[in-house]
Amino acid sequence: MSYSGWRVIKEALSGHKGWKPAWRDPVPASDYDFVIIGGGGHGLATAYYLAREYRAKRIAVIEKGWIGGGNVGRNTTIIRSNYLLDGNEPFYEFSLKLWEGLEQDFNYNAMVSQRGILNLIHSDAQRDAFTRRGNAMILNGADAEMLSVEQIRQRYPFLNFNNARFPIKGGLAQHRGGTVRHDAVAWGYARGADRLGVDIIQNCEVTGFRIKGGICSGVETTRGFIGAKKVGCAVAGSSGRLMAQAGMRLPIESHVLQAFVTEGLKPVLPGVVTFGAGHFYVSQSDKGGLVFGGDLDGYNSYAQRGNLPTVEDVCEGGMALMPAIGRARLLRMWGGIMDMSMDGSPIIDKTHIDGLYFNGGWCYGGFKATPASGWCFAHLLATDKPHEVATAYRFDRFKRGYMIDEKGQGAQPNLH
Amino acid sequence: MIINHPLLGPRDAQEFTYLGDANLINRPDWQAEDAVDQFHEYLYQRDNPAGKHRELWYHEAGDRSWLVVTRDTLTHEITGVELARDVALKSGRGK
Amino acid sequence: MTQTMRLGGGMIDRSKPLNFRFDGKSYQGFDGDTLASALMANDVRLIGRSFKYHRPRGVLTAGSDEPNALVELREGARREPNSRATVAELFDGLVAQSQNRWPSLSFDALAINDRFSNFLTAGFYYKTFMWPAAFWEKLYEPIIRRAAGLGSLSLAEDPDSYDKGFLHCDLLIIGAGPAGLSAALTAARAGAEIILADEDFRLGGRLNSETHPLDDAPASDWINASIAELESLPNVRLMPRTTVIGAFDHGIFGAVERVSDHLLTPPEGKPRQTLWRIYTKRSLLAAGAAERPIAFPNNDRPGILLAGALQSYVNRWAATPARRIAVFTNNDTGHRTALDLIAKGIEIAAVIDPRPDVTRTGDYPLLAGAVVSNTAGRLGLKSIEVRLASGEMRRLECQALAVSGGWNPNVHMTCHKRGLPVWDEGIAAFVPGETGAQGMFVAGAAEGRFSTADALTRGMEQAIVALGELDRKAHTIALPKAENDTGSITPCWQVKGGKGRAWLDFQNDVTTKDVKLAHQEGFRSVEHLKRYTTLGMATDQGKTANMGALAIMAELAGKSIPETGTTIYRPPYTPVAIAAFAGRSRGTDFRPTRLTPSHQWAVEQGAVFVETGNWLRAQWFPRPGETDWRQSVDREVLATRRSVGICDVTTLGKIDIQGSDAATFINKVYANGFAKLPVGKTRYGLMLREDGIVMDDGTTARLAEDHFVMTTTTANAVSVYRHLEFARQCLWPGLDVQLISTTEAWAQFAVAGPNSRKLLEKIVDKNFDISNEAFPFMACGEITVCGGLRARLFRISFSGELAFEIAVPSRYGDALIRQLMQAGEEFEATPYGTEALGVMRIEKGHAAGNELNGTTTALNLGMARMVSKTKDSIGSTLSEREGLNQPDALMQVGLRPLDKSRKVTAGAHLMVRTAAANAKNDQGYITSACYSPNLGHSIGIGFLKNGAERKGEILRAVSPLTNLEIEVEVVSAHFIDPEGKRLHA
Repeated sequence: MSYSGWRVIKEALSGHKGWKPAWRDPVPASDYDFVIIGGGGHGLATAYYLAREYRAKRIAVIEKGWIGGGNVGRNTTIIRSNYLLDGNEPFYEFSLKLWEGLEQDFNYNAMVSQRGILNLIHSDAQRDAFTRRGNAMILNGADAEMLSVEQIRQRYPFLNFNNARFPIKGGLAQHRGGTVRHDAVAWGYARGADRLGVDIIQNCEVTGFRIKGGICSGVETTRGFIGAKKVGCAVAGSSGRLMAQAGMRLPIESHVLQAFVTEGLKPVLPGVVTFGAGHFYVSQSDKGGLVFGGDLDGYNSYAQRGNLPTVEDVCEGGMALMPAIGRARLLRMWGGIMDMSMDGSPIIDKTHIDGLYFNGGWCYGGFKATPASGWCFAHLLATDKPHEVATAYRFDRFKRGYMIDEKGQGAQPNLH
Repeated sequence: MIINHPLLGPRDAQEFTYLGDANLINRPDWQAEDAVDQFHEYLYQRDNPAGKHRELWYHEAGDRSWLVVTRDTLTHEITGVELARDVALKSGRGK
Repeated sequence: MTQTMRLGGGMIDRSKPLNFRFDGKSYQGFDGDTLASALMANDVRLIGRSFKYHRPRGVLTAGSDEPNALVELREGARREPNSRATVAELFDGLVAQSQNRWPSLSFDALAINDRFSNFLTAGFYYKTFMWPAAFWEKLYEPIIRRAAGLGSLSLAEDPDSYDKGFLHCDLLIIGAGPAGLSAALTAARAGAEIILADEDFRLGGRLNSETHPLDDAPASDWINASIAELESLPNVRLMPRTTVIGAFDHGIFGAVERVSDHLLTPPEGKPRQTLWRIYTKRSLLAAGAAERPIAFPNNDRPGILLAGALQSYVNRWAATPARRIAVFTNNDTGHRTALDLIAKGIEIAAVIDPRPDVTRTGDYPLLAGAVVSNTAGRLGLKSIEVRLASGEMRRLECQALAVSGGWNPNVHMTCHKRGLPVWDEGIAAFVPGETGAQGMFVAGAAEGRFSTADALTRGMEQAIVALGELDRKAHTIALPKAENDTGSITPCWQVKGGKGRAWLDFQNDVTTKDVKLAHQEGFRSVEHLKRYTTLGMATDQGKTANMGALAIMAELAGKSIPETGTTIYRPPYTPVAIAAFAGRSRGTDFRPTRLTPSHQWAVEQGAVFVETGNWLRAQWFPRPGETDWRQSVDREVLATRRSVGICDVTTLGKIDIQGSDAATFINKVYANGFAKLPVGKTRYGLMLREDGIVMDDGTTARLAEDHFVMTTTTANAVSVYRHLEFARQCLWPGLDVQLISTTEAWAQFAVAGPNSRKLLEKIVDKNFDISNEAFPFMACGEITVCGGLRARLFRISFSGELAFEIAVPSRYGDALIRQLMQAGEEFEATPYGTEALGVMRIEKGHAAGNELNGTTTALNLGMARMVSKTKDSIGSTLSEREGLNQPDALMQVGLRPLDKSRKVTAGAHLMVRTAAANAKNDQGYITSACYSPNLGHSIGIGFLKNGAERKGEILRAVSPLTNLEIEVEVVSAHFIDPEGKRLHA
């Protein structure tokens, strides 16, 4: 069933009796060509593109809980491609282009909203670094614009221009950046994949891999063994736990990142704004809540919750930048588990075990990468070769010395 | 969180800076045949357990000692705190 | 006429009338009122509009779980959108206005949405607005955004201040109802340090809303006596108006005290609110329970409110929404409410109870086995339709309807650390699950024990157990005799078969139909249900909504409620102003400001300052007549290179390293050799991270065999020190070496330029010879200046000139800069700031922050040979990796424009002259650039692939971001004095 305005009207006039489940609830088959572990954004997108772009059949996504319950359902919904390094920028620009056609592609309104992202600049050194970055973006075919303080003031008059500890000196804008209704991304991919025949199996936890002679032939799950020619893992913050079952250690730590939303407010912020002198970035959802976040709590965690010092740190950044939001009330805080890699960049690669593939290390940039991650992982699974925009995302880059370190923080995941 | 410093008693975790897995104490031998491989394992690869984790915290706003804290990454419960220097000495590190 | 709906009695002070305005109209209430109770007393039932359908709404609750009665409280910069009228304490001069309506509350244009509700069902927006694609941002979304949101921010800076504080106790008691008070008395008498916090401004909890006596006297007698006793004890801190917002790790709770929200403006010097971090050994949750509505058609009209809330209004606030009221209840609460109403002289239209076998407890008409099947009254309830047990329909005139669907224990705080509540069939509600590991106890209604007697007893018992865990013996206390009616309930989640929508989430307009649709479309897990329908996402976090929706989903799925799922809660318990979390860290106080020892002097010179991390440094020193910063900077540079300039370099990190193994230690943390550095000498040190990337650089001086002073860059002072402590304690714990950061202990000035020695000779005491022979380039020494003041002198140079850095204890920093300037008068000594410093280091090709960006290696910086391979040092091994040693690796080069009038831009990328400007052709980038007044044109340094081999090549430097493109020639980065003659002069 295709979704459209006409369909909504027709159903409204006939008692909404015609709506069908957005995806089926199939019983797992005994084996598949492809089993994707992880019913989050990346896993579902992988299945969708495997079926659609690579014409693969017999695909299952298995999810230990309910789909979209991991980081795709608990992020701050931002999309952008404002990366610096050659290993990253083409990939994220590919992703942004996929976002731009996504809703028509999978027939689901995920509210891709390109209202722009603005990274504020507070020092000359920052300006130099952002100039280099903006140029890298443009040279890679993305859009970027350097805004003056006056241009920023016109768009965001309520930023702290008067008594700031770290005055705003400009900003790097990407107008094609923006936000997306995050849950709808998972649902759109799930529905799209389901319509292409993918089995989405919820409440099915992987308890082990069946590996013999260096070959993976399937997964043990709480719903029995499921055979697979190829198994792809896309479980973000749970990567360490899952891959340990295949005997692997990863260049990844799991950290908690908190995010926040205020009560609904009439429109204040058109786009995304990031503070360059503190840990704070913010956008406003279509419902009116200010959605904001900041830094990691900083310690390894699988707990999906954080502590007060980080909440305070983020709100201090918010007040330093936007003293006008002081009386807006923080409504809800939550934590997601980030798969923080050793250089801040992801891995989409085969493992040393035949038939076992890995996608992870997204740090807190996974949401915006969802379409490209799915596409590139599907490409790898289908062809056994990395996609041309994801050639740098290899396991061995640390051993060989090809780190992709946007922030220049080295092998300390909580600083990326 | 509260870290029970072996010398200074319970302290708010905000006084500390986090580094990561306490295995970072076990720096390999630079003259080993496979030193690059060993250093790669040491610096980049992690157990990243969901459960008990021995990890390094630095008392930045305190006595500047490095601590090895045993903490559960699922519950954040702390079950042990040692001076990292003692741990390092015990594991045979010296000069 | 005012306060026509005011009753007798109540806990309001009629001697203190308070004037207030709502939507421009003036009213009067009394001290002790909330905005909601005062509006009710004034017969104002319509207070707000719902989020989606803009349905008219009045109060539903009497507490912080209110979904409907949200207003914009106060005016101007103090405006607070989405304030719950039910907890807004009334004060004289209060001004509030309704929100999310246009043009007025009673006539709201967007109420048209209600007519189209059938098209605007759960998640309809996911299925449409997709064509044409460009219309989303341009047309659909702007309309949706304007319609959405609730109240509006003033967009002015919040004029009030906020504080933060820390409290410690043995037992934190959350909630001062009967359970909390009895626990507090028990624990306080045992001598424990306790904090008793309650979100209300009046302690007592439900006792204030009910009429049950305690020991045959009004409950208020016992409350007052208890509070008086607690107040008299030094080990007790009573915190009314304080909401405990969250439970965090290791017994830390967040709490917000509304210090001044009950006043027109905060008193002088007082904050509006204080965020407390409470460190407690044990906690007791006595947060009571929240009543839940029943879903029946049109159950959302103004005048329909919860039965327990109505008890609060009539008993505590002596206000009623109507003179004739019906009650719809599936449990005993409604019957008690009816009795209370009767006692206040209010007519009961009927008590409607779906339980067929229920009996009357007083003199009111009872319709057993009946349900409310519809209601009427657009802006306020006029009548209800009742379906009797027989199936017959009956219409009842009434202006208010009290509803009780049972009570949900306030388990929120037990979920904040991901604890899961468990289902209790007896009360048809979730009760706290395992909480023991958190040191948290639960008592009273919060654990599902609803009678007053139970609450009193459980509070005492749990306090005794909690203190027992702390090895403190607490004794039982004498508790007042109280009602012990545990009540009974037969779940009634929704009334089926009626016409019209039945609301679950009142604020977000989620009805039973939406839940049905979610189920039909496969959004069956609780989290899917919430996200798809927006249930529970409103400002009340679903406190009144989630349970009913879950029950209906369970029914649709043919499962039990616990099989279907649980609803858990996240902090904060109620929404908290962002400013409260920020406290005093706002404006220029956002972060501390570090000042250098010469700051005051620099202010006197009219210096322009710049933020360097938390430091404030002089950027340049404008002179009269200079209109552009470049004039000042060029002058400072030229004067320094011509004669002598002085710059405060105190901000550089300084680490004092002592011990018999100090040299060994330094040799391990620097990539280049340090073991053989002679005493009295300084050496440039290159510090790598373990991954082989450059971490920092600086100079280290050997003052004695066992004493070194290391300097770091300003930016890395803290992280380098931490790194060194890590190396000392964790990697080489056997070394005899001690470290201490002395960054702030020494004021340090660079004195640079051909006349620097002459100047210094005027202040260095005569017994120290600083001639070129006695004190050559890279010499260091401990000296005295100005007749005996101890100082350190280093002959090091960042500018490339003959230069020194001189350090004195910080307290003499101000005196020293004045002395230096005075002594330098004859040489026209010129103070220079960070800009001139930057220009001179670019002229010399010295790497700084822009080059040491965390991705560059010694090779990139042209220092590969410095990384010693004959010793173990941090980073040496991994610096050998293939990827860091590519034949075409980036190398630092100098760049000079072919057209000398053109500007070199930092951040520009380098392209081969003939190649198109794109990422594939990228050859490198410019890291730093400036105008060189010595050369008379712009220069830059940057990283270029295989740069060492490309001197003389012409490249294009492109910066499409700033629309600049120039041709540059690759040159040595040592633009000035490449042979280094000046250094050695």
